[in-house]
Amino acid sequence: MKSLGHILAIIQKDLLTELRNKEIIMSMLVFSLIVVAVFNFTFDPGSEQMQKTAPAILWVAILFAGNLGLSRSLSREYENGRMQGLLLCPMDRSLIFVAKVIGNIFYMGIMQMVTVPVMIVLFGVTIGSFAGLLVLILFLGTLGFAAVGTLFSTISANTKSREIMLPILMFPVVVPIILAATKSTAGLMNGDPAGHIWAWMKILIAFDIIFTVACYLLYEHVLEE
Amino acid sequence: MKKSYVLLSILSYVAILASLYMALIYAPTEKSMGAVQRIFYFHVPSAWVSFIAFGVVAVASFLFLRSGAAKWDLLARSAAEVGMLFLTLVLLTGPLWAKPVWGVYWTWDARLTTSFILWLIYMAYLMLRSYVVDRERGARFAAVFGIIGFLDVPIVYMSIRWWRTLHPSAVIAGSDGSGLESSMLQTLLVCVVAFTLLFITLLIYLYQSTMLSDEIEQLKTTDS
Repeated sequence: MKSLGHILAIIQKDLLTELRNKEIIMSMLVFSLIVVAVFNFTFDPGSEQMQKTAPAILWVAILFAGNLGLSRSLSREYENGRMQGLLLCPMDRSLIFVAKVIGNIFYMGIMQMVTVPVMIVLFGVTIGSFAGLLVLILFLGTLGFAAVGTLFSTISANTKSREIMLPILMFPVVVPIILAATKSTAGLMNGDPAGHIWAWMKILIAFDIIFTVACYLLYEHVLEE
Repeated sequence: MKKSYVLLSILSYVAILASLYMALIYAPTEKSMGAVQRIFYFHVPSAWVSFIAFGVVAVASFLFLRSGAAKWDLLARSAAEVGMLFLTLVLLTGPLWAKPVWGVYWTWDARLTTSFILWLIYMAYLMLRSYVVDRERGARFAAVFGIIGFLDVPIVYMSIRWWRTLHPSAVIAGSDGSGLESSMLQTLLVCVVAFTLLFITLLIYLYQSTMLSDEIEQLKTTDS
């Protein structure tokens, strides 16, 4: 119960900072919309390809924009010695990881709340009555991505060129999560009746568990001693 | 100590010569693929060695996080560099074989994609090391990344396998109908042993030279 309070306190601190300047959410949002728009230019108007590739483009947009936000949300901690302050708090250090992952999922969730509907409209995708399922898939994909991303953005925040280092570290490692998420989303958007959605979602859940646990266990090693 | 290194070097030199002889002269030419099949004798051992190397990276990284002893970090770093060398060989020899046999240089099949992503992961691993100023911290970051990266290998493989696969299945201990002619199998085994010896030799020498260059760095900083 006490650790829950610690986690909430860190999240509250982060959200308060974010509310003051809205830097992360705005940059992620605008960037994800730009990615969606740019990909749109590669297709002929009204072509069927556009709907087929919509899930892939959606996840590429989430990946790129997420990269931007993750990088910012952790490098911010290293300004003005904020991380020092966090580390001095009398609490378990792995709670920092939990709080950061939740915070990052929150930022990405807000971005998706705008980007996904816009995408559905712009690409003419039909999701029918599966809106709830889509939200679940988005959450699962974002969870794995945020867990790996939080660990790696803490690493990259301590390197010489942090903006370059994060995607180089993170993208190859999150390939399985993005693949499973894209496949589940594609099954849903193309109205796949064969039950592939569930198969891919189960895989996605398994990957989420593996990566989240591994990153959680390793996180304290990337914090300063 | 020195003597055993020289002995090991000579041994791996002889083994590589033997593997060249076996692969290029002794082994019979494969019926349907022709001479190009001989790449197999270098491709498979290279892949084998690179997987061992990345396994060494993961184990050494784990031990480093456990104990904090610099020797494990040195071992992980050296193994990653040698592993990259062999994985690059895998990625170069594969397309050379694939072009005449499959008709294309590259296909996004499970093993090919996994190897490529593995290459990117360890490239990132080596880059990470040179991008962190603080040595001790860089070692810790690299160890964490080395473990996650290795964990990622089977996951990437499985995810893409469910997606699609084309690579020839395992010819040894594979399913029915697969199998190698005995002289080909002998050749492959000799090549695997030779490459493993070469790997150990390179790893030891790299370990030694990295240790020396670290020492020089340390002397430089303490002097000024």
